[in-house]
This record gives sequence, structure tokens and C-alpha cells, in this order.
Amino acid sequence: MLYIQKFDAADNAVALDDMILTTDSTTTAGSKMLANYTSLFEAEVVTKLKAAGYAIAGKANVGEFGLDLMGETSHFGPVEADGKLVGAPAAILASEPVKAVVCFDVNGAPRRMAALSDALFVKPTYGTVSRYGTIPAACSGETVGVMARNADDAAEILAAIMGHDDKDGTSLPAEKCKLGEAAPVKKIAVVGDLTAGTDADMAAKVDAAKASLAASGIEVAEIDCSVMAAAKTAWGILMSAELCNNVSRYDGVKFGHRTENYTNIDELYTNSRTEAFGMLTKTTILYGSETLSTENYMKVYDKAMRVRRVIVEAFADIFAEFDAVLVPAASKCALTADDDAFDEAFYTAPASITGLPAVAAKGVQLVGRAFSEATLLSLAKVL
Amino acid sequence: MRYETVIGLEVHIELATESKIFCSCSAKFGGEQNDHVCPACCGMPGMLPIVNRHVVDLGMTAGLMLNCHINRTTTFDKKSYYYPDLPCSYQTTQWFAPVAVNGLVEIETSKGKKGIRIKQIHMEEDAGKLVHDDWTDTTLVDFNRTSVPLCEIVSQPDLSSAEEVVAYLERLRSLLRFAKVSDCRMEQGSMRCDVNLSVRPEGSTKLGVRTEMKNMNSLSAIVRAIEYETARHIDAIENGTEELVQETRRWDDVKGKSYAMRSKETAGDYRYFPDPNIMPVVIDDAWFDGIKASLPEFPEIKRARYTGEYGLSDYDAGLLTESRAFCDCFEDALAVCGSAKEVANWLISDVMNILNKRQLTVDELAIDGKALGALIKLCMDGTVQRGNAKKILTAMFDETITDPEAYAKEHGFIVSNDTGAMDEVVTRIVASDPKSVADFKGGKEKALMALFGKCMKELKGNCDPQKLRERLLAEINK
Repeated sequence: MLYIQKFDAADNAVALDDMILTTDSTTTAGSKMLANYTSLFEAEVVTKLKAAGYAIAGKANVGEFGLDLMGETSHFGPVEADGKLVGAPAAILASEPVKAVVCFDVNGAPRRMAALSDALFVKPTYGTVSRYGTIPAACSGETVGVMARNADDAAEILAAIMGHDDKDGTSLPAEKCKLGEAAPVKKIAVVGDLTAGTDADMAAKVDAAKASLAASGIEVAEIDCSVMAAAKTAWGILMSAELCNNVSRYDGVKFGHRTENYTNIDELYTNSRTEAFGMLTKTTILYGSETLSTENYMKVYDKAMRVRRVIVEAFADIFAEFDAVLVPAASKCALTADDDAFDEAFYTAPASITGLPAVAAKGVQLVGRAFSEATLLSLAKVL
Repeated sequence: MRYETVIGLEVHIELATESKIFCSCSAKFGGEQNDHVCPACCGMPGMLPIVNRHVVDLGMTAGLMLNCHINRTTTFDKKSYYYPDLPCSYQTTQWFAPVAVNGLVEIETSKGKKGIRIKQIHMEEDAGKLVHDDWTDTTLVDFNRTSVPLCEIVSQPDLSSAEEVVAYLERLRSLLRFAKVSDCRMEQGSMRCDVNLSVRPEGSTKLGVRTEMKNMNSLSAIVRAIEYETARHIDAIENGTEELVQETRRWDDVKGKSYAMRSKETAGDYRYFPDPNIMPVVIDDAWFDGIKASLPEFPEIKRARYTGEYGLSDYDAGLLTESRAFCDCFEDALAVCGSAKEVANWLISDVMNILNKRQLTVDELAIDGKALGALIKLCMDGTVQRGNAKKILTAMFDETITDPEAYAKEHGFIVSNDTGAMDEVVTRIVASDPKSVADFKGGKEKALMALFGKCMKELKGNCDPQKLRERLLAEINK
């Protein structure tokens, strides 16, 4: 299923992935838990899009709570072609007259969808687009971004949704929440530790990207930065812990799926959640619950927080010399539902855990300095 | 063997803010069920918590009133547990860096003065309420109270008797009400108390097995519960009547017994972690200094000042300093009229009378102290008669009167200097009531009062009673 709900909208309207709350349709987060859930308020990005004159084309199917590879865990079914995952937002851009799909990047799914199709996804710096009205999954790293056919469309829509929002306590000051000017780029780093493990197709994509950048006069250099490989585990821990906590509100009491099979409050909780959550969500909840236990907090969760700071510092060191980091978007160019979302996060976690901006296209991602979205979008044009 | 009781208290107080801790819903007590509710405080996805700055003001104020160190960077953390009255299935509280730590509260009991150490004060959100309907055998949830801001004040186990616990709670209540942190009404649940209690042989430094009694909400129940638990612990130790285990117990005040609720082994792991949606709150110097400057004088310091500086009796000063509202009113009125004794008399007799008649507490006094001062001044200089001034005072409780003189003019309460009018009334009344005149002349003092009253009524009270009396006697004896 492409759309959970589709509206009559003119050409060039903007679609939203179904993690973004709207009041005139359901918002499901791809979960049976919220299959009939309609929000009482709309997301700030929706308000901003409407104010800028864009119509909403519909709600794109997403994987449950945005945790998965490319939408394969949606309660409403995956979007595939020839057995390979495509993802609803990418398929919509390929077949529908929408200008862009505004997506919620929790664990890299929109980046993978764009990079493994003909689309482009820009994940802006954390705090520059309001998260008010997005279904919370992993609040410390998730970001609203834009999937489009090209860098100009992505820039246009991103400029419309960026901005400070008093309703989001992590929103940055207004002067930071602007799509700036593209800066000249001299050097780009390829972190060897993050290109390991790719198949030949993906390695070819990375080589092609390097060649395109070099052809436009940019120096591309391979560097080592082993701590980057720890981002996957650290982000897995933080994301799981936050997801576990964020979805604990879905208990069958107030809204969302309620089991018919209960005689007391514990059965109401257990059966409602057992029936309505998919396997990846359940796994993540269990994992997250363990990482936050009194026994594990310091040696697991707190350590992941410290790793986050180390990775932020590692990027800062790299950006002292380089203007961006080139990272594969996935281990291979075609993913299936049998691949593992936690494993594939190896490539997307560095940008998720640091909140740094990234642009994904043509098999790869470019991760840049905070507030360098315009620069990254201009680089995407030469890929 | 002699035993000593070791008690630590966790006191929850509802903070006196207009709105809830993370949304703009009303934080007022009462209202129709689920009236004070929005998507944020009933746990709907997509709402993000925005810290109510006034909550931090009051948390800091509580900390300073209880001599705590204020953490200038304070964080909010999530505490996870499932219960239907907790809409998000997590409570936002302070675990890693509470707003205030390491305080000291001095109490006084029959055994003298004692310092009780405060471990920490943290800010958090309250949970909702479950309403059980026996008729339909259902349970409904009322979210009015969810996210109402609380402070939890955690003491060290420094208390050793029910008397000390009561003295401590009364001291907390007095200090926090004075600083307008909370109204601290146990009967409305705005002050609740968890009692942690253990017993050990006197002189021992090793703590015994601790039990916790949750949500105690009256001083008398707390006293009974402490006495019962102490006896139960000693009995268990001395006579082996039962094995003491670390557990949470419920106090049944009707039966006068405590019952086991859950033991430590089965207690859930709250899985605390920092809330990523709330940036650490940084209290800068300007903020800190502003709160520090706004702290009230402690009640006992005020009391000493009222007796020393203003010459009030210790009894009167004690009455006035029971309530911040009375002190504020007293000081404002005094600044206008200049007579501490007059203001104290008005507050302790007339104002207290009106409050009693209206079944209001001293904290609910809402009249403007400056206006009261102006009224007392009018009375002192003879512009308005005391009887009429009382009428104006009563009116002050019903409407905002900032200028009593204008009000007095409007309602004809100004004492007239027109002796012609007095002469006319006295002559007429004396002429119209020869019986009273005769009675008075025959020695009945009361008859004069009857005539006086008639004249006063005609003059609407607006004359100097002394002059009226003189004029009346002169007329009778003419």
C-alpha cells in the first residue's frame, strides 16, 4: 500500500509519511496499534507547509514507528518491487505527481529509500525542524526531513518546514533554523571503517560517487575513524530505550488498539500490546527495557551516551579538515525484508546519533557539519 | 531492651501554579472530570513537554526556604511504570540532578530543638485519579490531576517519633505556605506524605528493616500509623511474631492497622533515564538572585519584629504571622495608616470575624492591604465612623475597593461637620419623644441611649458620637 490515506490535491502537492500527525485523517505510524488513530492536533510541519501554500497529497505508508529498513514492518504491508524493498515514499515519488514526501527519519529508513532509488533525502540538523506533532520513537535523534526527486525540490520544501518552534523544547533559535547558502567544498573524507562490509554493487556506487566528486574538483581522501563503527550499537541502545519508553503510552486504556480478550488490567495491557505490535517493535521494546534496567543503566545506556559524545567529537575532528563525510547508505543496493534493520543502521547511525545533517542519494550519504544542509544539497547535484 | 524508631519522610506538595507542569491546562483543584485536559497531559503522541518556568521558581523557592543547595543545572528524567492513571506510562520527574539537595529544617518539640536534614527536593508531575464505580463494576480515569506540578521533599532518616514528624510537617507547611510555594492542604491532597520507618535497639547505629507507608494525608493518621508500625516492629523483633521484610504498606485508619501492599522483590524497576525532549534547565545568576530576593522573612523572625519594632503583644504577633496573607495585609495597611496596633486590632477582630462568618481560611484573605490601611486612617481621623467603616470593610470582601474614601462619599458614610444638621435632628428627636426625656431625667440612663440611637440613625452614623452626646445632653437639659 502506497498511501494510508490519499487526498484530492493538485500536482506538486506534498505527501507526508504516516509518522506525521494530521487532523483530517488517521496517523498510524504503520502500526496496528494506531490503525484507527486520528490526532486532535496537527504537526508543526503540516501547519508550515499549508501556510507556505502547499496542499497535502496524502499519508505515505511507513514501517512500524519508523524503526525498520524501508517500510517492511508496516501493518499495512510493505512496498516492494521484484522482491526488493522500495518503501512507500520512494514509490510515490516515482509514480505520483507529488513534489516531495516529508518523512520522519528515526532509524535511517527514508535515507535508505532515497539512496536505493532515484530520489534524494535530506535529513536536516537536529533541532532545525520542529518535531511537534510527530509520533515519538527515538526523540534524541529523530528528525523530520524531505524526500524529493532532486536537490532543488528538496531545498524548496525544506526551507518551508524549517524554523524555530516554541512547542518543541529541543528546537534551536530561529537564526539557526534556516536553510543557508551553500559553501564551497574542497575536501571530502571517506571513513574506511564505514565502507567495510558493503557488497560489490554498493562498493561500485561509493566509487562512482568518489569519482563524480573528484571530477568536480573536490579532493576525496580515505581516513580511519574506528569509533564511527560504534555508532550502530550506541544508537541501537539509545533508540531502543527511547522507543520502549515512548510506546509505553499505548496500553489499550485511552486510545489505540484494545484487546477484546481481558478480565483484568494486566491482561488488558499485555494482550492489547501483544496483538497490536509487530515483531521488530516488540524486539526493540525488550532490548530497550533491558538497557534501562537498574543493573544495566550505567554499563549500557550511560555508556551509549558517552559513545555519542565521542562520535560527536570524532566528527568535529574530521570537519576541522574536511567539509563532509561520504558514507554508504546501506550494505547493498537491494534490501529485502530478510535483512536486519539494526545491522543496516551501521551506515545511518552516525548521522542519527549526532543529529548532523545528511543528504542521501545514489547509494550514498553525505554527512556534513551542523547547518550545512545547503552545502550538502549542492554536493548532491554533482553525485 | 529499649528501642528507637528511625523515620524518614517523603513529602509531596502540589505547587501553587496556575497551569500544569508541561502544558497550559489549569492546575486548579476540582472541576468536572477530565475538564483540565489536553493532548499533552493525557499522553497523546506528538506533544512535547515545555517546562513551566514558574514550577522551577517554586522548586527553587522551596529549596532555599529549607536551606538547600540549589543545583544550577537541573534535569528532568523519565520514570517508567504502568498504571492506568499515568497516561504516558512514564512520569517525568527529577532523578539525576534534582533542583535542590542537602538542606536542613529546624524543628522544636517537647524535647527541644533539632535539625532534620533534607536529602533532596525534586520537581515532578502528578498522576491522574481512578474512579471505581461499584454499580457497573468499572473503573474510569480522571486526568484532571495528571501533570499538576509537585515537589517531593525527601528527608534523611533523622526523625525518631510521631511528635517530631508532626513538628516537621507543620514546619514545612508553615515555611512553604509563607513562601507561597503551596497551600499544603492535607485534606485536599496538596500535601501528602510517605513514611519510611524502621526500629533498632537504642544506641545501635545499624538500621533495622524498613517499611514504607504511602500517601498518608492527615496528621492524626500519621501519628496513629507511626505508633502502630513501631509497636509491630518491636513485637516482631522481641517476640518473633512475624518476619519483618522491606515492603510498602497501606495504612487503614479506620481499622487502625497497616497491611502489606508489595514487597521490594516484586517492586518494578523504574528504568529512569534523562528525558531527551527536555533540555537541562540552567539557572543563571539573574534567575537565582531574583528568587533569592523574593523570599519572605521566616515567620518567627517576622513575629519577633512585630513585637519588637511595632510593640504588638506576642499573642497578636503570633496570630498575624500564622499566615502570609495576614502579614502582607498587615504590612501594607501599616504603611498607609501608620498605627500597628490599630491594624492588628482590625485584622484580629473585624477581619477574622468576617472570615469566620464566610468559612474562609486565613490564607484566603484577599482584601487589598493598602485599602484597608486607608480605611483605618479614615476611621482614626474621624472622617468615617467605626460602624460605617465596618460596613465598608465587609464590602471589601465582595468587591474591589481601592479608594475607601471615594466609596464612603458615594455611600454617604462621611462624618458631617455640619452642626446645623445635627442641631436640627437633636431638636426634633428630643421634641418627639418626651417620654424618654422624662425617663432619663428620672434617672434611667438607658433612655439617653435610645435617644442617641434615634439621632444616630437619622444622621446615618455620620457624626462624631462624642459631639452628638454633648449636644443631646445640652438639648435635654435646656
